[in-house]
Amino acid sequence: MLRIKPGTRHRVTVTVNGRRHGGFAEARTLLSDFLRHELKLFGTHVGCEHGVCGACTVNIDGRAVRSCLRFAVQVDGAEIGTVEGLAEGGSLSPLQEAFRRHHALQCGFCTAGILISATQFLETNPDPTEDEVRDMLSGHICRCTGYEGMVRAILDVAGGSS
Amino acid sequence: MTEGGRWVGAPVPRKEDEALLTGHARFIDDMEPVPGLRHAALLRSPHAHADIVSVDISNAVSHPGVHGVVTGVDISAATRPIPSAVRVPIDYYPMAVDKVRYAGEPVALVAAEDRYVAEDALELIEVEYRPLPPVMDLDAAMDDDSPLLHEAVGSNVVHHRSFRYGDPETAFAEADRVVRLDWTFPRYSSTPMETYGAVAQFEPAPDRYTIWSNFQGPFILHALMCGALGVPGNRLRLITSPQSGGSFGIKQGMYPYMVLLAAASRLLGVPLKWIEDRLEHLVGSSAASNREDAVEAAFRNDGTLIGLKFLNVVDVGAFIRAPEPASVYRMHSASNGAYRVGNIYVDNRLVTTNRLPIGLNRGYGGPQFFFALERAMDAGARALGIDIAEIRRRNFIPRDSFPYRAPAGAIYDAGDYEAGLDRALELAGYEELRAGRDRARDEGRLFGIGMATAIEPSGSNMAYVTLAQTPEERARAGGRSGGLGTCTISVDPTGSVTVKTVSTPAGQGHATVAAQVAADALGLTPDDIDVVTEVDTLTGAWSLASGNYANRFSSVVIDAIGEAARLVADKVRAVAAEDLEVAAEDVELADGTARVVGVPEKALPFRRVAAKTHWHPAGLPDGMTPGIFETAIVSPPGLGPPDERDRVASAVTFGFICDLAAVEIDRGTGRVEVRKYVSVHDVGNVLNPLIVEGQILGGFAHGVGGALMEEMVYDEEGNPLSGTFADYLCVTAPEMPALTVGHVDTPSPHTALGAKGMGDGCSMLAPTAIANAVADALGREDVDPPFTLNRVWDLVADGGGAG
Repeated sequence: MLRIKPGTRHRVTVTVNGRRHGGFAEARTLLSDFLRHELKLFGTHVGCEHGVCGACTVNIDGRAVRSCLRFAVQVDGAEIGTVEGLAEGGSLSPLQEAFRRHHALQCGFCTAGILISATQFLETNPDPTEDEVRDMLSGHICRCTGYEGMVRAILDVAGGSS
Repeated sequence: MTEGGRWVGAPVPRKEDEALLTGHARFIDDMEPVPGLRHAALLRSPHAHADIVSVDISNAVSHPGVHGVVTGVDISAATRPIPSAVRVPIDYYPMAVDKVRYAGEPVALVAAEDRYVAEDALELIEVEYRPLPPVMDLDAAMDDDSPLLHEAVGSNVVHHRSFRYGDPETAFAEADRVVRLDWTFPRYSSTPMETYGAVAQFEPAPDRYTIWSNFQGPFILHALMCGALGVPGNRLRLITSPQSGGSFGIKQGMYPYMVLLAAASRLLGVPLKWIEDRLEHLVGSSAASNREDAVEAAFRNDGTLIGLKFLNVVDVGAFIRAPEPASVYRMHSASNGAYRVGNIYVDNRLVTTNRLPIGLNRGYGGPQFFFALERAMDAGARALGIDIAEIRRRNFIPRDSFPYRAPAGAIYDAGDYEAGLDRALELAGYEELRAGRDRARDEGRLFGIGMATAIEPSGSNMAYVTLAQTPEERARAGGRSGGLGTCTISVDPTGSVTVKTVSTPAGQGHATVAAQVAADALGLTPDDIDVVTEVDTLTGAWSLASGNYANRFSSVVIDAIGEAARLVADKVRAVAAEDLEVAAEDVELADGTARVVGVPEKALPFRRVAAKTHWHPAGLPDGMTPGIFETAIVSPPGLGPPDERDRVASAVTFGFICDLAAVEIDRGTGRVEVRKYVSVHDVGNVLNPLIVEGQILGGFAHGVGGALMEEMVYDEEGNPLSGTFADYLCVTAPEMPALTVGHVDTPSPHTALGAKGMGDGCSMLAPTAIANAVADALGREDVDPPFTLNRVWDLVADGGGAG
């Protein structure tokens, strides 16, 4: 088992959005801080740092995870997906397009985490009901929109809008 | 584009969205604007009320990675107290000096190589406190023998003024029925998803400060900060970040922290970065005021409202922090609400307690004001046996009375309140809803219907805050009035257009709407126009306003954008006219060209004409200045200072909102289920329907939170009990009731585009409409939000219900 002494730094290598990144982290460095301040990937946002608001959600090895509740050293070698990787080839993903069309964001601070959660949610549940979408969104706090545009956007992409 | 060929009024998708959706938008914590930053963390008081006996920083200072430590004594020596419009002897410093007055008040600042190390060092600071009795109960705080927050004031009541308009005594003496409600309103907060953040740098030779932040200023708060730091305005440069992650007003309350960081940067000789964490935000940023008020409404038997008394007791927290006491005066000059009533008495007492200082939050003073007025309307209707819609209809300001001069001075620009009410009743299916209530009650269920209406002020007159001063005090202080909007539009040598607004948006889509307005004026598309919303007080044009709040964008800033665009258009047309050999009046800007009216083939590209002003000054019409760089600073009409009878035109436009709520209460659990919620708005001419709808939905979410869940709770000792998002419950998607939105829009004559400000919306009314429905369901008027399970279950157990 890897042991890292307090105050020492450990090299962490991860694949983020298909590209290998390396940096140094203390044992206590949160993944959210590592992504933002070590790898300079500022698209992931920090809203509460205690696992409630969901703003910092990233995809780790196929699962949506709050990056403020992981230490960077825990994800050494992992495949990580962040909001910067959702638009492939420079064009918005269908979900991002739908968010724009349905005015599902205002300040956009919570949006990165919600896009990551919703993308993974639709992979596992491609035709959700509105209640299921709202239940998934209950893991996120948005103070601007009242969630209505997000619900519409996710249902629209799922083809479940009627 | 609309059918009329205009961008204004069309549901143009937002310019802001692509960068936000792809993670490329930049917020304050993404920025390192200067090299050599150190990271700041704040030690905060664990006590609500205590003397600071000693602060020992020696272990913290010597901790590896720590650059330095600053205490309140250091800050008080380096700054001057921050004043407010209430002239009382309170020395408000951004860090506690010899006494702490709320749990969460900053006591010391550590600067270190990173935030982790800075927080390590906080634990090494030893503070000896001598606890004092906490002042948490508002009634007890006003007793003569209460412990005092500020000894020099001699009382916890830091402000007391009363106001009379018309003849309230006679109205109450002649009333057939007087309804009185004694009510409490909870303390809650908008909690934007991005917290406060700032980078402050002091530089010598000459001494000057630069602060990058997500501040929702600068406006009048810049002047207060200059005073605190002892520098003229050109030595305090405020720069806002490209994006701000929500504010709803609360990011105006961060300026004391900016003063603190600036002073600490000077003392420690390094630039400092501080990003507030969520735990800090919930105990140390700001909140709306909790209130313990009473309202009395005097009615005739036919439901005519003839008099109102507002007896307001406002918990301002530990300090009265500018722009407070604005929250209690923002609605003051419209104390009649949407009604004709002319006899009004208002008594305002502002009380300091050992809670966090209050400040701007969505609706700013509106939720509390309308709770009084609109609860009294529903209670009056029930007392008189009149329908809740009908009693409002009988009292509305008639549609042919606009512009309407309210008794306390507000000038309502335009409205058709009865049509708004009719639309709400239609959308709610009101007759069927009432029949459904009857059926539910027959089955023994607790079902209620409530209503609330509001006028929505926008574009504040900064003079209204001076109602906190007597006419004599105002005279001594010198004149103050208005609320200015600023915009600069430039066309560079490549012919591309940049609009710079001074509106510090935090998600409202200002860039999109600014581009729509400029596109219409210049014959371009919104995609042709870049909009810069970052404010730089040193290099950009700006002027005063009471603050960037009260929905001022679409009532004030928008007219500055329109005026700057007109100046640019006039210049481009004049240049083109000479080249096209026609008069300037015969040139129109359309389809990216300057062309002769009626002869569209005689056209020049806009870019080429505009670029010529830079490249070829000798070829310009005689006397024309080269280049295109036009600034408009507009002052809305009619915003003068208060008169000697305390009447003031407090805002530029007044929208209207009519909300109707139907709720069912579960007897077993106390759960309030919102069965129907309808909200009809008058926002004047709609600039972008997509954004208007988004603002209405968002305001509704804040209102629902205030009604059902949100409260910043303190225990009797003054310990904050809602210090995490697991304890302070924000509304999430499954809790949001469905909202039906309608419009009855009347164009404002006070703005060039006929728009009114909007955005507070249902945040001001949902707590009241839902409270009225709960009161109707339970058959009792003593109902106060938030309607949590425990609270409602107690009400049900205590009294049964109307069924």
